[in-house]
Amino acid sequence: MDLITPGTGLIFWQLFGFLGLLFILIKFAWKPMLEALEERESSIENALKSAETARNEMANLKAENEKLLAEARLERDIILKKAQDASVKMIEEAKEDASKVGAQMIANAKAVIETEKKAALADVKTQVATLSLEITEKLLRKNLSDDKAQKELVDGFVNELKLN
Amino acid sequence: MTRKILVLSLLISAFLLGFAGNTQAAGGEEDKTSFIMHHVKDSHEWHFATFGHTHVTLPLPVIVYSGDRGLEFFSSSDFQNHETHLFGEEYAHEGYFIDEHDHLGRVDGASFIEFSITKNVVMLFIVLIFVGWFALSAAGHYKKHGAVAPKGAAAIIEPIVIFVRDEIAQKSIGPQYKRFVPYLITLFLFVWFGNLLGLIPGAANMTGNIAVTMVLAVLTFIITNVNGNKGYWKHVFMTPGVPPAMLLIIVPVEIIGLFTKPFALMVRLFVAITAGHIVILGFIALAFIFESYTIGIASTLMVTFINLIELLVATIQAYVFTLFSAMYIGSAVAEHAHDDHH
Repeated sequence: MDLITPGTGLIFWQLFGFLGLLFILIKFAWKPMLEALEERESSIENALKSAETARNEMANLKAENEKLLAEARLERDIILKKAQDASVKMIEEAKEDASKVGAQMIANAKAVIETEKKAALADVKTQVATLSLEITEKLLRKNLSDDKAQKELVDGFVNELKLN
Repeated sequence: MTRKILVLSLLISAFLLGFAGNTQAAGGEEDKTSFIMHHVKDSHEWHFATFGHTHVTLPLPVIVYSGDRGLEFFSSSDFQNHETHLFGEEYAHEGYFIDEHDHLGRVDGASFIEFSITKNVVMLFIVLIFVGWFALSAAGHYKKHGAVAPKGAAAIIEPIVIFVRDEIAQKSIGPQYKRFVPYLITLFLFVWFGNLLGLIPGAANMTGNIAVTMVLAVLTFIITNVNGNKGYWKHVFMTPGVPPAMLLIIVPVEIIGLFTKPFALMVRLFVAITAGHIVILGFIALAFIFESYTIGIASTLMVTFINLIELLVATIQAYVFTLFSAMYIGSAVAEHAHDDHH
């Protein structure tokens, strides 16, 4: 058998043997194998994609949370500021009220004091007048018990009148 | 490792020199190297070894069909001398003979077709069974377990399948690659296992036989041209961008080109594998010719080295054959959008 002359027998067996192998393997080996490979590849791809989606969702969620948090902080600051303002205002109002009331009270007290003073003064005057009258009465009773004293008193009045 | 190789080489050299003595006793310079060509060619019997005058051979069936005598079956041992195991016209049997060049002939010279199970056909069957068993047991894994991570034979064959599909088919053929993947994988595995099993000592040079490579190349040729689209045939018969007068030259060249592609495929594999076998056997033959232990050790070391290279060549040639097949198919099914700019 020559090196470069193809033998008919070998051509025959090679052709049908190889074609037989080809058809058997296409039907029973490559088809299920390639399908399984594609299935696995697509499932891996899907898994990767869903992982990516999940990651994106997580990122979105996180961003949203941060946004919410920031908003909440802002709101808290606003509320705090408002409360502070309100408290300051209330304190000032209270102070104002207190000073007003104080002033009023002081004024009232002053008026009462004035009235009391006047009443006291009036009382004192009455007392003084009463006392004076009593003293005068007593003096008169004592001094007018003899003639001499009466004479002297009259003299005294007369002198005063002269002087006038 | 080096020491092991050296010891092994020495043992093999001593063994080979044992043969050398016998061969020398048998004949001259011609006989010392005749086994090389005998090995790389096909044969009607499978000759494994000769110890003195004992031939260890496997007689193979000789199948002949002729118009007048129908289908006939013989054994190759019917046509040879039982002592020397030599074929010759003088050992004719029932009107047929195998001559000293291992050619089957008919005594009366009438025409016949031979379908003998020769050494390479047996090797072919072994490779077919091996590839078939391997692929089917791998496929069984997917049938049993579905699309899960591969194990066993599937774990070995899956990377090859993916490599052929993604690196060869998809890149060379383009978007329509899917329907050619099964052919390309079968082709790759057949050539690869054929090359590798052919390297086993005593095995036949099956993928280095021109009939085998011819059939594979013709299959690629048929698949390429059956699937050829409009752009492909237009490129052959009305090559775009060429002046009409030049078409007279270009078209015949393009038509020849259709046939040179499979021809190159056929010759490349045949030459690469046959040459590898010849080089290995040539180094072994050196020990027979020089009958020297030194040459024996050196040549055995070289044989080991060449064998390692041949392992590489076996894979590369399988890859190249598959790749070029894919490229030829790719050129036939590609959308030739760029042709207008030639």
